[in-house]
Amino acid sequence: MFKKKSLAGPYMAFILCGTIIPLLAVLYFALVDKNGSLTFANLASIADPIHLKALGLSLLLAFICTVICLLLAFPLGLMLRKSGGNKGFVIFLLILPMWMNFLLRTIAWKILLQKNGFINMILTSLGLGELDILNTPTAVVLGLVYDFLPFMILPIYNVMIKIDNSLVEAAYDLGATPFKVVKDVILPMSMPGIISGITMTFVPAMTTFAISEILGGNRILLIGNIIELEFLHGGSRNVGSGLSMVMMVFILISMALLNKFDKNGEGTVV
Amino acid sequence: MANILELKKVSKSFDNELVLDELDLEIRENTFLTLLGPSGCGKTTTLRIIGGFIKPDTGVVLFEGNDITDLPPNKRQLNTVFQKYALFPHMNVSENIAYGLKISGKSKQYIQDKINYALKLVNMDDYGKRDVAQLSGGQQQRIAIARAIVNEPKVLLLDEPLGALDLKLRQDMQYELIRLKNELGITFIYVTHDQEEALTMSDTIVVMNQGYIQQMGTPENIYNEPENAFVATFIGDSNIIDGVMVRDRLVKICDVNFPCIDEGFGQNKPVDVVIRPEDVVLDEPGRGQMDGVVTHLIFQGVHYEMEVMAGGFEWLVQDTVMQPVGKEVSLRVDPENIQIMNKPASEDEEAIVVDV
Repeated sequence: MFKKKSLAGPYMAFILCGTIIPLLAVLYFALVDKNGSLTFANLASIADPIHLKALGLSLLLAFICTVICLLLAFPLGLMLRKSGGNKGFVIFLLILPMWMNFLLRTIAWKILLQKNGFINMILTSLGLGELDILNTPTAVVLGLVYDFLPFMILPIYNVMIKIDNSLVEAAYDLGATPFKVVKDVILPMSMPGIISGITMTFVPAMTTFAISEILGGNRILLIGNIIELEFLHGGSRNVGSGLSMVMMVFILISMALLNKFDKNGEGTVV
Repeated sequence: MANILELKKVSKSFDNELVLDELDLEIRENTFLTLLGPSGCGKTTTLRIIGGFIKPDTGVVLFEGNDITDLPPNKRQLNTVFQKYALFPHMNVSENIAYGLKISGKSKQYIQDKINYALKLVNMDDYGKRDVAQLSGGQQQRIAIARAIVNEPKVLLLDEPLGALDLKLRQDMQYELIRLKNELGITFIYVTHDQEEALTMSDTIVVMNQGYIQQMGTPENIYNEPENAFVATFIGDSNIIDGVMVRDRLVKICDVNFPCIDEGFGQNKPVDVVIRPEDVVLDEPGRGQMDGVVTHLIFQGVHYEMEVMAGGFEWLVQDTVMQPVGKEVSLRVDPENIQIMNKPASEDEEAIVVDV
């Protein structure tokens, strides 16, 4: 017989090689300079105005993306809760884009949004003027929402359909209006799903560099892009590591704030 | 007493299956009325129509004479106790009880007084701050009742509220509910498939089957004078025997004439005869109206249940005196314990007979 622990062995090995060791390596590089002596300069480099601006923009765009996803996903969940038959099909339609690589999807948006792209073609033919949002934060947010929306919808939907309908009926029975039912019963009971939806949207949106690179041209620099530049395009991996650490701290703070709303700890791991 | 609720020609089908067929029901103020029947008989649908959770396809619901058919549940002056308690898991006991009062905008002091009053009423004084999940099933059901009654509804709807509880607790809660009903002085409409529960608690029992009311009456009335074979078999054990009404006050069962007290069935008319097992009296052979042999014997606590083969019919008998299997006995039934019913004209008669 295997001991139960040994069954988790392969996973533990994977975690060790894939997460823990690299993390420690990043931590090490963040705390040393080129010559290997201890320094806090890498961490302090976040104070560079360009870096600060990128961090701020990352936080802002990730926040906007999360809010939009939430505003789209929550009413959809309500609707799916109420509707009878074809829930599975609606969810299938939502998941469908996830079957395609997200880089391809993002590049597709770039092509659609181009000056002579499909969307502008239609708009001009309708006489509505041109839409010039490519290489702006708007385009980046659009890409973020498009790519991460399913990660908001699924956990919210999963929690919502499990809410016993007799609780909703009980609230009505006690005099609640439909709005009150949502506010007092469905919303608080959906919290675990909302929290995990926010986690799964906010964190990748905050750290992305591909979406901002494709839809933002090189005009939109997010903290992810800066780190990528430092590591891959002639910067210093020490500075890159330092910025990564700072970014991680910001993510941990965000998650800790979020955790305050999640009494049962069902939504997040942090 | 006035009617607090009236259902007039209420019909409802789900997926083309008729669940209620032109149901008429009048409910008097301050009664404990039980809708009793097997699952699928339409009792829960009736309750949900009264509660406003389901709209009837046709027909109207009147509350104190006003049409409330299209009124949503939050606008009705009634409250429901749900089968699975349906307490809000993200609120504690007090918050659950306070919910309806908060919505109607009552003052903090009023709400607190009401919470204390309701907790006392259901014997759970010190539980206000508890988490709902920490309570047992019986306690949760008490809180669900408290949550409903603080709103001072004129009618309390109870949908098999004791269904999930174990036997002992169920019996305790039955007495609690009767006490509550008397203290509150409001109308209780109670749904159950448990005939004992119905007999114990109700002022009025409505026996339902296949979307029709089979019989409506007091518990004694329903038990002692079932109007048809369905009611007779559903309420308690009974012997239902083919018989012929020879003339008024005389019925022939298994070729033996039994005096009875029923009249007006005509002469030599085939009828169904209902005799409760506790009404069959066993004696030494030759002393009763028929002789027979004991074929089965079970001890059931209060009494023995025996089966006696006599006149080609297996009689179910309950008696505190035991007769061993194989013993020759005689049996006798007093005239007032024989209940005569018209035979159903067709297989659907069960339903149709009360449709008139």
